[in-house]
Amino acid sequence: MEYYLHLVLNGLVIGSIYSLVALGFVIIYKATKVVNFAQGELVMFGAYVCFALTVQLGLPFLVSFFMTLIFSVILGLCLERVVLRPMIGEPIISVIMVTVGLSTVLKAVIQLFWGTQIRVYPQVLPTEPVWILGLPVAPVYIAAFGLSVILFVIFSLFFKYSTMGIAMRATAFDQQAAQSMGIGVKNIFAMSWCIAAVVSSIGGIILGNINGINPQLGHLGLKVFPAVILGGLDSLLGAAIGGLIIGILENVSDGVAQQFFGLAGFREVAAYVILVIILMIRPYGLFGTHEIERV
Amino acid sequence: MQGKCGLFFTTYAKESQVFHTGFQKTSVALFFLILLVVPFFLNSYQVSLLNLINIAVIGAVSLNLLTGSCGQISLGHGAFIGVGAYATGVCTLNGWPFLPALLFGGSVTALVGMIFGIPSLRLKGIYLAIATLAAQLILVYIFLHWSSVTGGAIGMGLDSPVIFGFSFDTDLKMFYLTLFFAVLAVLMVKNILRTKSGRAFVAIRDFHLSAESVGINLFRYKLQAFGVSSFLAGIAGGLWAHYTMYITPEQFEIGLSIHYLAMIIIGGLGSVLGSVFGAVFLTLLPEGLGIVADHLSGFFPNISTYFLAMRDGIFGLILVLFLIFEPDGLARRWQLAKSYFKLHPFAH
Repeated sequence: MEYYLHLVLNGLVIGSIYSLVALGFVIIYKATKVVNFAQGELVMFGAYVCFALTVQLGLPFLVSFFMTLIFSVILGLCLERVVLRPMIGEPIISVIMVTVGLSTVLKAVIQLFWGTQIRVYPQVLPTEPVWILGLPVAPVYIAAFGLSVILFVIFSLFFKYSTMGIAMRATAFDQQAAQSMGIGVKNIFAMSWCIAAVVSSIGGIILGNINGINPQLGHLGLKVFPAVILGGLDSLLGAAIGGLIIGILENVSDGVAQQFFGLAGFREVAAYVILVIILMIRPYGLFGTHEIERV
Repeated sequence: MQGKCGLFFTTYAKESQVFHTGFQKTSVALFFLILLVVPFFLNSYQVSLLNLINIAVIGAVSLNLLTGSCGQISLGHGAFIGVGAYATGVCTLNGWPFLPALLFGGSVTALVGMIFGIPSLRLKGIYLAIATLAAQLILVYIFLHWSSVTGGAIGMGLDSPVIFGFSFDTDLKMFYLTLFFAVLAVLMVKNILRTKSGRAFVAIRDFHLSAESVGINLFRYKLQAFGVSSFLAGIAGGLWAHYTMYITPEQFEIGLSIHYLAMIIIGGLGSVLGSVFGAVFLTLLPEGLGIVADHLSGFFPNISTYFLAMRDGIFGLILVLFLIFEPDGLARRWQLAKSYFKLHPFAH
């Protein structure tokens, strides 16, 4: 029993990071209908920039954290302007492939600057474990979970009450109507890429604090798809819940597969097996919009 | 279909011919004649590149039928090629002759492709892309963990193909075998596109609802597209397995799927000729980069190590640049070049 509780707790932490990355994914998809296969590389970029600022330049962690966020905003703006804007109106396969191409470019840039070896963050939080339900949990895990929840609350409020957030929702709902009401749709697109880059960076920094970073971190982007599909591609709440569910299911099914069937590494595909089942039953996810088509 | 300048069709049969004019037939025949003779004058490394191109052409043309012509995005093509490679390999290891094993491998792949194509009835666009991504990851997981059949991470060693006692054990011999299958695959896809099924595929790609309302059975044709495409992918995989003579799961990871998608995008979506261009371009790209690096190494001593590290990045960069500046691919460029010469003194 304790074993499973441990699996669930671990899954919850990883799941909260999936949720963060999924949040960036959903924001881009909602506003621009672009499916971003480079989300994992955005995570990685943030993690590496923060690493470089803290370790290689020796800045205090909080300073480099905020500098990384500023950098992410700039990165998001550049990517949207240079790569994504020419793709408006192109078929979906082109848009997918442009983000795939982008992800390999980003990965190559990271390898060029930082090489392929694992880099470890300096310990920011105390390493002494905190006991929850009789289980030891590292403070960095709690911080990760807490930070994700806080970010979700902030973004929910942002979308609900701020002018920009409302404009973004309007654009997502109907681009043409939004434009005719005087909303700058191009600015909205840029804004959504900025936000996505920022939340991904935060996810990356958290991950870096937990496991260290290496160029394989980008695979995380692939893990986010099941989470988003489960939640529904265009639902923020869905991203949060989908991420948590996938995180937990992945961890538990990995544990079960290992314990009962002796299958190693089931973690790698667990999320995708779940994904196939979801797609068969509810293709639009738990909270996604169900588009109805009739002939 | 666009006819040649001054060529007017009077019957549908004429319009749907593969080759319209005598000049076309002669130039294609001449091209093949050169292709048949040229390998004798190349060293075995260059011939091996031609082999890789031939196999890539089969894979690219099959993916282009599914994604370019039928509009069903597949991020799992690399794994389908892997299924063909493993299925053929297992058969020949069990003493089957090469040709039946290859056909069996293709059929198994067609089956697997159709199973993963079933969701395509309900899923479109991005959802389908992610479903095929799931297929990719699950299949590679199976390759890796079903070790009693696939050899797991260690992989599977194979022999050169033997057909009726004749062993294709050199690059040169292998060239004619792969060329044969490449030509067959290209002709097959070209001809499928002229049939009822082919037109149904294009109708589905252009707009699935109007296709359905004119009586096209979406499910049947989508499955058919997945089946035919995966069959050819399986053939490519079987040839690849017996050409490299050693297969491991990591050869068929998502990178391969992306590589093939890049081929058809750079070549031209929905164009048979484009698949060939894309396959040639992307197979020769690393070679070209290597040559450039060699030439530059005189000026910048360390550049070749950087170039190797940056190869994936350059691949991605080329993909992005193509999508932004040349979204219709090399096939379109080729057409423009031809019409430029045809119309030479006049601009239009």
